[in-house]
Amino acid sequence: MVGIALGIGAWGLVTGVAMVKSGMPWPAAVLMSLLVFAGSAQLASLPLIATGAPIWVVWATAACVNLRFVIFSAGWRPYFGHLPVRQRLLHGYFSGDLNYVMFMRRFPEPKPSPEQGPYYWGSVAVNWCTWQVLSLIGIALADRIPTEWGLGFAGTLALLGLTGSLLSDKATWIAAGVAACAAVAAYALPLKLNIVVAIAAALAIGIVLDHLKASMPALPPAKANDLT
Amino acid sequence: METWEVLVAIVGLTVITVVTRSFFMIPHRELPIPVWLREALRYAPLAALVAVVAPEVIMSNGHLIDTWQDARPYAALAGAAWFWWRRGILGTIVCGTAVLLALKFGLGW
Repeated sequence: MVGIALGIGAWGLVTGVAMVKSGMPWPAAVLMSLLVFAGSAQLASLPLIATGAPIWVVWATAACVNLRFVIFSAGWRPYFGHLPVRQRLLHGYFSGDLNYVMFMRRFPEPKPSPEQGPYYWGSVAVNWCTWQVLSLIGIALADRIPTEWGLGFAGTLALLGLTGSLLSDKATWIAAGVAACAAVAAYALPLKLNIVVAIAAALAIGIVLDHLKASMPALPPAKANDLT
Repeated sequence: METWEVLVAIVGLTVITVVTRSFFMIPHRELPIPVWLREALRYAPLAALVAVVAPEVIMSNGHLIDTWQDARPYAALAGAAWFWWRRGILGTIVCGTAVLLALKFGLGW
């Protein structure tokens, strides 16, 4: 979690700096960080807000960038679907990408169990605090942090390591390769839709591979990667 | 944008965060999610991560990198090598960033 928190922090810092550098007044930047709490959607909407795009375009962009969370929410449902609606919304709101990835690695069986609540809240608390503190530092120090330090790449490297921890068998490697090609090939799409295209392509190839595996029972079942 | 417009935009963005992140958890009754989709969901986080990482590593300004003097692929390779060797995310970040900074400030890439 330390490594992941470092990556989240670097990303928060970059987002904080970017908000102020886009010309947003600092109180608005603080409010945005505390309320919106979605780094990639914030980064995507900043240039639109700065250039005075219509509000609905800002919202549409953020919704598209967040489409991956819609897919993740289907994954959350078996674990938290039995909670009251307010709890369900809270569980959704605080769940960042990395919380989802780590939770699914820890609890691969889609069934509720008592230790999931504490695990979830611990994980989102680390994520929220790291993100907000570094984002606020970024807002405060925006004019003193040079962009050429390559801070943003630390976040990418954290994601790279996390990707590695999810590569457990041949099927996941192939799905990852397909996702990478699709994301690069579809990069020209607006609103970061290339990410949605890549997810769809990887899901499709994953389904095919799972069915191939199911029809060849001689192969040993894939082992989950037990990383901490 | 006027200040009040920025505020409206921010409030709307907050609603979008809540709705997208809890989308399939919002309805009281379970939405019928087909079994094949449920199974395929195990690839979704992996795909989302790769989709964010790949363009950051091998593209610049919307095109594939066309020079070998770009520090990012080497930094990513160094990070990946570390991860393959030691399986630690912190080490991956440190190792990759070290290579990135060495190439940027050492060789001026």
